[in-house]
Formats: sequence, structure tokens, C-alpha cells
Amino acid sequence: MKIVEGHIAIEKPANVESWDVDPYSDEYLLNPVPNYRELRGRGDFVYIPRYSILATGHHRVVGEILARQDVFVSSRGTGINDYTVHENWRKPSIILEVDPPYHTRTRTAMMRTLTPNVVNGLKPLFQAEADKLVDAVVGKGSFDAIPDLAETFSVGVFPRAVGLKSVDRRKIIDYGILTFNASGPDNERTREWMRRGAETIPWMTESCKREALHPDGMGEAIYKQVDTGQITDEEAAMLVRAFLAAGMDATIAAVGIVLWSLATNPGEFAKLKSDPSLARAAFDEALRLNAPVHHFYRTCIADTEVSGVVIPENAKVMMSYASANLDPAKFDDPERYDITRKTPGMMTFGTGLHSCVGQMLARAEGEAVVAALARKVSRIELTGEPVWRPNNFVRSLISLPVAFS
Amino acid sequence: MPKVTFVSADGRETTLTAQNGQSVMQVAMVNGVEGIVAECGGSAMCATCHVYVDTPFVHLAAPASEIENEMLDCVASQRRPGSRLSCQIQMSDALDGLRVFLPETQQ
Repeated sequence: MKIVEGHIAIEKPANVESWDVDPYSDEYLLNPVPNYRELRGRGDFVYIPRYSILATGHHRVVGEILARQDVFVSSRGTGINDYTVHENWRKPSIILEVDPPYHTRTRTAMMRTLTPNVVNGLKPLFQAEADKLVDAVVGKGSFDAIPDLAETFSVGVFPRAVGLKSVDRRKIIDYGILTFNASGPDNERTREWMRRGAETIPWMTESCKREALHPDGMGEAIYKQVDTGQITDEEAAMLVRAFLAAGMDATIAAVGIVLWSLATNPGEFAKLKSDPSLARAAFDEALRLNAPVHHFYRTCIADTEVSGVVIPENAKVMMSYASANLDPAKFDDPERYDITRKTPGMMTFGTGLHSCVGQMLARAEGEAVVAALARKVSRIELTGEPVWRPNNFVRSLISLPVAFS
Repeated sequence: MPKVTFVSADGRETTLTAQNGQSVMQVAMVNGVEGIVAECGGSAMCATCHVYVDTPFVHLAAPASEIENEMLDCVASQRRPGSRLSCQIQMSDALDGLRVFLPETQQ
């Protein structure tokens, strides 16, 4: 048995093209759209020899793999590593990286704390924070919308929603970045963020404890289910960790992406201004066009067939959500930002059993920021080059110099 | 293949053919039926694919899970005995002829 990047190597299936590309390289990640076109153009699957993985960027194929969770499992890791042959840097997630029937237990506990009623209750907090931050920068000249708006907003609302008594802005953001990078191969990015993890991991462990949480937040709502016997204390801590790890970096990326989309598409911003009720749609469409979490993996546990391709047991399959969202078989004129588009069916939050459990919360956060722009800003001007930061799992901006007038 | 009829809040009927295993929500979305939003894409997260199942069919569909039952407390229009999230109802021959009524609003 040969191991490549922490998983079992496979032979290239007979009728699949080999594509000698590094989907984790800066070149691939910084200008991904042509790569996604090529990924889809080479067939329903490609074999990527340097990592010995299969990859797909077709909406239909991604949907089929996600639906067949009995053979394409999550419990062997949703990143490039296979936990049957590689020990993860931390205990694997008990909601993301597990299968039914156990998954139902943790998923239910999490969904219960994130219902539309809970999210609706948080909307006034989100809107007040977004309004305050936008008011502070309108007419004040150039500023960097990533640290000063996307990050400040997320750090201002999300830890409060969870109920964290004490927030360390850098550590809570960095833990999320570490988590996502570490799901990729053992490259320089992963190593750099693991080094930084020496500071963030102990902070995170403390922050997941019940005594670190206010009694009125979503974190305590998780712990209350320990009192009622639905989950254990250890599971509750793990679920709060999942909240904090997944709820910051991807949301900051998402808010950054919608700001960038509106800054670079003045026609769509004008449409939004004339109908502010499009705020939520403008956010979703930005995330369709640039999915923050650009892919996930499943591991095949028995030889099977998908789209006429025999997928061997142990195959790691990279499902490019970002490419699936740009698949012309699913969306007309897919590379265009159109805030009136109907986006349901996009893969940004995944679909089915493991679809993003925080997606309604993320949408409420994004909608608040976009609604504030629609009401308070006449014009968004780019005042410098936007800078994207390649991450093994997340597409995000690190700098977006703009002026609001 | 089973058929399903959607009745809009103002009484218009649309009858569609479904594939076995397809959810009622998917049938609506694929065919552009107005009145279903399905923002979360079928994960019982958003409660925007709410329908009222016609009484004779209520007991033919597999019962709502614990979490669907909790999500039904979050629907935008009134919850009634036949209320379901249409993403959680799988079409099958047993449900052939299913009728569902669409609520006034989903959001």
C-alpha cells in the first residue's frame, strides 16, 4: 500500500485523463476560473498524479457524490488526508468528519441552535453593527475593507452570538485559517499556520469550555443539551470548537467577496441601490461566483461507478464547489455577477447531509452588511489593487482598498 | 412515475411528474413552481420550502424527523397539522397523486 499526502494512492481509472496540475499552487488558486474551465473540460473526473487524487468540477457529479454518502464517506477525512492511515493534527470534527448514524446526533444538536428563529433573533445585532461600521467609513476616503469592515464586523458579531466572554481578535481568526489550511497537503501554507497554531490552539481549547461562555449565546445552547442528556460534555466542547473554527474565516472571506463583487460591478451595485431588498440575493450570488470554501473531499470506501468511471476503493475525490458553481450546465452565463439570479442549487454551502450548518447565520451576517451599503453608500470606488490570499481550502481577500461616498 | 400537484395560495394548480426519490421541493424547483424558495438547497435548514400536505396524503409520507419538526416551528406562514418541509418528502409510487398547498409566504 503506497501512501501519498496522508492517503492511500490509487491507479488512474482507465477512461479518465491525467492532469499534471497542482490545485494548491498559488498560480492555480490566485486565478482559478480558467483552471475550473479546464477541470470541467477534461471530463467528469480528472486524475491528478502528484497527489494521486481524483477531482471533479461538474455540478451534476458533485451532487451525485454528495448524495451517495454510503460509499463516499466523510469519516475518513474531508480534506486530502485519510484518517485510516494518517493521524490528524487534532481530533477530527464530530459533525463534519463523521457519517450516519452518529452524525445525526451531533448535526441535530447543532441545527437546534441555528434555527431560522434563532438567526432572526440575531438580525438586529448584525444590522446595528453593520450600520455602525459603514457609517464610520462613508465619506472618509480610502480604507481597507478587509480588516476594517469584513473582519471587524465578523469579530464584532459572531463571538457575541456564540457567547464568548473574552475575544482575542487575532487568535479567533487565525484558528479558522489554520483549520482550513491544515485540511490540505503538507505544504508551506499548512506548515506556517501549524507553527502559528502553538498560540491559537490553547486559546481555542479554553474558549470552548462552558465557563468561557455567556448563558445567552449559541454555545450555551449547545451545552444545555448536555443537561438534557442529548450529548456529552466532551461532544459539546467539540461542537463549540466547530462553531468557532468554521464561523469566522469563511464568513470574513464571504463578506470580503461580496464587497469586492459590488466594488467591481457598479451596474449591479446600482441595481441593489434601486432595490435594497436584493441584499440577500446579492450576497448569495457573490458566493456562487466565488465560493469561499472552494472544495471538499470524500473518500470512496468500495469500488463503484459514477458517470461511467470506475472509482476505486480508497480514492480521495476532490469536489470543486467553486467550479460546480460556474458549470454552464447548471447556471446560464455562469461567470457573470447578476444579483437577480436565482441561486438555489449552488454548491457554496454544499448540499444534503453535510451542508453548512451555519449557512443561515452566514447569510444573515452578509445580508446585514450589504443592506447597510445599499442604504448608506452612493458609490464604491476601488482605490488600490485587491489582494487575494491563497489558502488550501478558502478563497479570500487579505486587502481591498476602497472609498465609500 | 408518480405525479404531484402544487396548489398556489391563490388556488392555481400545477401537476408535475416526479422521479422516484426526488424530493417534492426538487420537483418544484426543477419546474420553476413559484412559492417555494428553498434557500438552503434541501437541508432542512431554512424552512422556506414549507407546504401543507393534503389530508389524505399526510400519513402516506414518511413522518417528519425530530429536527424537521423543530424547523416547522420557524415557518413564515402559520404551521398547521399538514405542514411539512417539502425538501424532506421523497416522492415514491405510494405518493402518486400527492397534493400540496403552498403557503402565503415563505420568508
